[in-house]
Amino acid sequence: MATLSSTPVQEISPALKQIWQRHKGVIGWLSAVNHKDIGKRYVITAMIFFLLAGIAALLMRIQLAYPENTFLNAEQYDQIFSTHGITMMFLFAVPIMQGVGIYLVPLMIGSRDVAFPKLNACGYWLYAIAGALIWLSLLLGTAPNSGWFAYPPLSLTRYSPAYGMDIYATLVEFTEISALIAATELIITIFRFRAPGMSLNRIPVFVWASLVTAFMVIFAMSTLVAASSELSLDRTLSTNFFNADLGGNPLLWQHLFWFFGHPEVYIIFIPALGIVSEVLAAFARRPVVGYPLLVMSLVAIGMISFGLWVHHMFTTGLPILGLSLFTIASMIIAIPSGIQIFSTLATLWHGKLNLKTPLFYILGFIVNFVMGGVTGVMLSSVPVDLQAQDSYFVVAHFHYVLIGGAVFPLLAGFYYWFPKLTGKMLNDRLGKWNFWLTFIGFNVAFFPMHFIGLMGMPRRVYTYLPGLGWDTLNFISSVGAFILAFGVLLFLINVIRNWRGGEPAGDNPWHAGTLEWATTSPPLRYNFSRSPLCAAVILSGTRPMISRLISSKPI
Amino acid sequence: MHIRAPIRKCLSFFCILLLVSGLGACASVPISPPNTPSALNPQGPSAAQISSLLGILTVIAISVVVLVTVLMFAALLRGRRATNDTPPDSDGDTGRRWLIWGGIILPLILLTIAFGSTVHTLAAITAPQNTPLSMNVTGRQWWWEVNYRDQGITTADEIHIPVGVPVQVVLESGDVIHSFWVPELHGKMDLIPGRVNTIIIQADRAGVYRGECAEYCGLQHAHMGFMVVAQSQADFDQWVAGQQKTAASPQNDTARRGQQVFLSAGCANCHNIQGLDDSSVDASKIDLGPDLTHLQSRLTIAGATLTNNQGNLAGWVVGAQHVKPGSLMPELNLAPQDLQALLAYLQTLT
Repeated sequence: MATLSSTPVQEISPALKQIWQRHKGVIGWLSAVNHKDIGKRYVITAMIFFLLAGIAALLMRIQLAYPENTFLNAEQYDQIFSTHGITMMFLFAVPIMQGVGIYLVPLMIGSRDVAFPKLNACGYWLYAIAGALIWLSLLLGTAPNSGWFAYPPLSLTRYSPAYGMDIYATLVEFTEISALIAATELIITIFRFRAPGMSLNRIPVFVWASLVTAFMVIFAMSTLVAASSELSLDRTLSTNFFNADLGGNPLLWQHLFWFFGHPEVYIIFIPALGIVSEVLAAFARRPVVGYPLLVMSLVAIGMISFGLWVHHMFTTGLPILGLSLFTIASMIIAIPSGIQIFSTLATLWHGKLNLKTPLFYILGFIVNFVMGGVTGVMLSSVPVDLQAQDSYFVVAHFHYVLIGGAVFPLLAGFYYWFPKLTGKMLNDRLGKWNFWLTFIGFNVAFFPMHFIGLMGMPRRVYTYLPGLGWDTLNFISSVGAFILAFGVLLFLINVIRNWRGGEPAGDNPWHAGTLEWATTSPPLRYNFSRSPLCAAVILSGTRPMISRLISSKPI
Repeated sequence: MHIRAPIRKCLSFFCILLLVSGLGACASVPISPPNTPSALNPQGPSAAQISSLLGILTVIAISVVVLVTVLMFAALLRGRRATNDTPPDSDGDTGRRWLIWGGIILPLILLTIAFGSTVHTLAAITAPQNTPLSMNVTGRQWWWEVNYRDQGITTADEIHIPVGVPVQVVLESGDVIHSFWVPELHGKMDLIPGRVNTIIIQADRAGVYRGECAEYCGLQHAHMGFMVVAQSQADFDQWVAGQQKTAASPQNDTARRGQQVFLSAGCANCHNIQGLDDSSVDASKIDLGPDLTHLQSRLTIAGATLTNNQGNLAGWVVGAQHVKPGSLMPELNLAPQDLQALLAYLQTLT
């Protein structure tokens, strides 16, 4: 199969190179607008926030390792858990998924850049500034302290007079606008900038996932923009949207927040499913099973996810009939999710497996995400939720969904696309160690929480009394958190050591089949010398590179 | 040789998985002492219904996890291996049956069972009931005010109910959102400003059941517990009779002096004691703190944070901000003999 070593892609025209070159120096760095620069910055910035929020989590686990521990005081703990949540949801999970999209989507669809590169850069800077300021406020001791969900009246001036919640309401709005910008970019890029021949039914699953997510961001984030504006107004201009004493309604916030907050989970999860499909296709050496059904189920997840928000409010005393309807909706979303899982299983079964680190992470994803999925079905049942809501059971559930369902695929994607990003390979041996420590640490940290929660321990407590039967499991959980942290540390070492010094990767080290592998590693500034057009695409469906390789037609 | 390596890898994967889940399972079972407020140890009809529903859903959940894991290992054990250079297979159409059976039909069956049993349980736990006894519980940062309006009783952080009788609890909030949760008796229900929620609890056995605030409500959310004391009807009636009395005048000098300290040190500004003439105190007396008329009859103080005894009470009076930083209870800077007198007076509030 000599033809598999792809024909070298070269700089074809000095003029083209010059046009796409970035200016030199600090000004050039600040004014960079190329989608790869911006995408890379999103990913790196989000990873930094991930590490910071991870450190915050370790502090919380130290505090909770023993009952009545005094490592942190109540105020510190509240600021840290709030910042952990805000960071993971607003500054890590969504931006990193959008960053990966901004980096990869133009490459995957054969475009030279996103639709509005300057607006794209603006979105990044809004996000970076907001994130930096939220963390600065934590260092100054005035971080938000009413949780990432900021329920009024607790988040109103009367009960949270400090600046923390003003910072929350303002900076969260920055990140929302940044997310809306990235979503607009992705939608227009995907609709207008595809290479000739790449019709919508042939774009890679990850591009579909990015498209669905972008539409979800548009609808979900605008609701939160409204909600956080109202919170700002209540706090600064004494309006009364949420103040029950003067005719406002605290539940209004919960409806608006969860109308955003539930799709938010899927905004994180759907791109992760896209990553799973791409990695799986490369490491099972075949396209994923059931592309049309897979894409339809992604769209279905995106739509159904807007009909579930009340399952965060089962304990607020809403009418029972309504609650049952939201139970049905919450359970039904298990069907498209099930299609995703069984597509990965079928692909594994029918494929020839290349057991490298990315595939290990996909296997870890399957186990952990299914765990989170089934506890999700349990929580969608109103009576069970009445017991489990706001207990550690929920903490266990959504960490299985978000770490198992999003961070594991992200790490798979990182090992998979790192050669494209840097031109260097990550170390596979270290990668396996990284995987096992992460997998074991994660399960030791979060599995016991299911029991802790059902044994009556509420969430968001800065300490707990001894003798309630929660001590041992909390200690085990804290040990697990440190194993997990050690795993992440190995990942960092792997990345830092190999960013420059790694083994050269070549254009397509995995012999994968999507268009980003058809250019150099790292890609040319303008991605492709000429639009990767193609008869090959038209002939062969969703894996344009594969067909090019097989038919040896030059792009 | 190259077949053994993947099998070894799979086995190690499986062993570690077992180890991890085993660790969780072993650790969870034996360490529950009887006073754990566990939803898995139901002591009332609603909690029992929910617990058995939880059992059904857990069985479904475990079978799905096992099925998926087994299929995954089966795929790994097929031993079809590739390297980076293996030519890709362009066939995208095989295996669609997996999606139909595993992704649609199987979930539909399991979800139907789950939804059916959910509706069944939901109907059972929300069925209208005749409740001979009703009480109002108001959540405050960070304690619970309890009013038995029909009996004219006001107390705090402690609810008494007769065994075997459904009791209606009317839930309101005095400040932010709280949530009323006694895992051994029922699920939780929120206390929301501007709304009135109700929950019906019932205990089948006499005992003391711990409750917690389950909605994050600020700095001392961790220390907002309460006790539900379920007792026989006779004991309950006796308790009611005791609570309906007003506080007796102190009988000895120390306690009388303590009463003066109570009035002069500012305690009476926030805490009500029925039967105490506090007209000397210039205060608009809004219930900032718990009613202390029958303080000594309670099991705990400070939101079920401390056992109610002389030492803890003294510690609470002089060092509330160390026990519950941020609570509205100030730290009183009392002379030792004043503190002794105050404690002696508080001892009389039986």
